[in-house]
Amino acid sequence: MSLSVDLQNSLGEFSLNANFYCDEGITALFGKSGAGKTSIVQLIAGLIEPDEGKIVIDDEIVFDKEKHINLPTEDRRVGYVFQESRLFPHMTVRKNLNFGMRRRHHAGYDTLPFDDVVTILGISNLLERGTYSLSGGERQRVALGRALLSGPRLLLMDEPLAALDIERRWEIIPFIENIHHQFNIPVIYVTHSVDEILQLADNMVLLNEGRVIAAGSIESIMNRPDLAAVSGMGDPSSVIQGDIKSIDNENGLAMIAFDSGTFCVPSKHLKVNARVRVRIRARDVSIALKKPEDISVLNIFPGVVQHISNNQETQVDLSVKIGGEVIWAQITRKSLNDLQIKPGSNVFVMVKAVAIEQTILKG
Amino acid sequence: MFSLSPAEIEAIYLSLKVAFWAITISLPFGIAAAWCLARLSFPGKTIVDVILHLPLVVPPIVVGYLLLLTFGRQGVVGSWLYDIFGISVAFSWQGAAIAAAVMAFPLMVRAIRLSIEAVDIRLEQAARTLGAGPFDVFFNITLPLTGSGIMVGIILAFARALGEFGATITFVSTIPGQTNTLPLTLYTLAQVPGREAAALRLVVISIVIAFVSMFASEIIARKVRKRITGQ
Repeated sequence: MSLSVDLQNSLGEFSLNANFYCDEGITALFGKSGAGKTSIVQLIAGLIEPDEGKIVIDDEIVFDKEKHINLPTEDRRVGYVFQESRLFPHMTVRKNLNFGMRRRHHAGYDTLPFDDVVTILGISNLLERGTYSLSGGERQRVALGRALLSGPRLLLMDEPLAALDIERRWEIIPFIENIHHQFNIPVIYVTHSVDEILQLADNMVLLNEGRVIAAGSIESIMNRPDLAAVSGMGDPSSVIQGDIKSIDNENGLAMIAFDSGTFCVPSKHLKVNARVRVRIRARDVSIALKKPEDISVLNIFPGVVQHISNNQETQVDLSVKIGGEVIWAQITRKSLNDLQIKPGSNVFVMVKAVAIEQTILKG
Repeated sequence: MFSLSPAEIEAIYLSLKVAFWAITISLPFGIAAAWCLARLSFPGKTIVDVILHLPLVVPPIVVGYLLLLTFGRQGVVGSWLYDIFGISVAFSWQGAAIAAAVMAFPLMVRAIRLSIEAVDIRLEQAARTLGAGPFDVFFNITLPLTGSGIMVGIILAFARALGEFGATITFVSTIPGQTNTLPLTLYTLAQVPGREAAALRLVVISIVIAFVSMFASEIIARKVRKRITGQ
């Protein structure tokens, strides 16, 4: 499966110019509110018509201004999970779930097995209920099931968790991960939450004021401090994937092996062999010229300074290459000068174990 | 004991028949017009809106007279109907039904239009993403969610049709067995000295019919609302 988008659209003052490509996995559309995220998914679904451009899903052109192709929404076979669930109030949960499925069967398409979807989403006990009695989390799971059962080639999720409180969100996230692993339907996931991205997404498209400013793997984008400022991603940080190698139960620590070393983090709920993504904020990283001894910091890696960004008055962001990975550090200009750090300098990078945030991807 | 005379039964039967057909025939047009006004924007929409509302504001006799000009034996549509099908609606109960339908139409459209406007377009969009085409969406999402509004529209129009007098008497006169509905019969009785008692009986009957139909409609509307919102 693949999706290629090349669109220009203007709505009043706001102009959108989006050009990106994505395939397998969960692709996050990320940006501040007003960046054009929702407009893009509406354009993909055909709920709005762009002024110019082309949309191709799985080699099928669903929109092409030049060739006058504009497939109506109902024929695009694109599932859509809205922020406000949009369940049909005059139908039971079962009828909502069947709505898309029956129509696609009629049109001769296969859909996912009803019982599997209902079981995975944990909604089998809600089937005969009316939609008005469901909680926010239940509504969103039913909406997800309804979209999945309509046999989509691609699933669009427009901030599906934004209307839920924080606890409910973490109830739904495992379901979204499950769907991805079990049914292998590519997902375009609109969000402005970095946590959701770290937890769910494989790739991301970064938007700012209607323009795509970067696209690629989560690691490649999150590791660029220059993007952090414009995108609303928060503090500059490094994101690295690794596998849990061992758990030190005595001290409550987990060892996460990544390409060029091992992180030591508090183990909490981590299990051996799980795939995790760690985020290290640049401001939590310190630099030393000699390997420090008698120090509480557990993560110390030798590395080579690659790049120093001089865009701030009192502090600098510098990237340190550790084997195949890069870790960003934010230090004061004074320290930079005192230590005489330059690109090419050999340094030691220090990260406190308790400052490392981790999210479990699998296992 | 309050028992009905054959003449009264005929008037009631005729009134119900005229109102029933007036509403049944005009309902599909009423829904279509309401949908167009609620969901489309086209040049001249305001003018269409005003024309639809005219029967509500012009004197009923004007509507009756226009109907006579249009559907009378010499009228544009009337002469054509007579030549091709040999039908004449003037001075018949069908004519009374047409007059009632025209007079009741604005009330019906207004009520249905309001409820179509209240249907969340976002639900219709969701249905489109699930594979439903425009007609499918209309019949399976919009129309069911408009249910209570359509009920209200039908009831208002039915009540208006039952009470229709001015346009009817102008267009089809009072023909026994054809057009002497309750209001027209009442009018005739009221013209004759010494028939006050008979007239009063019809007044009571009219009130009872109105009461029963409003009561029934309220129950139906409540059921429809419950089915849609669960409250």
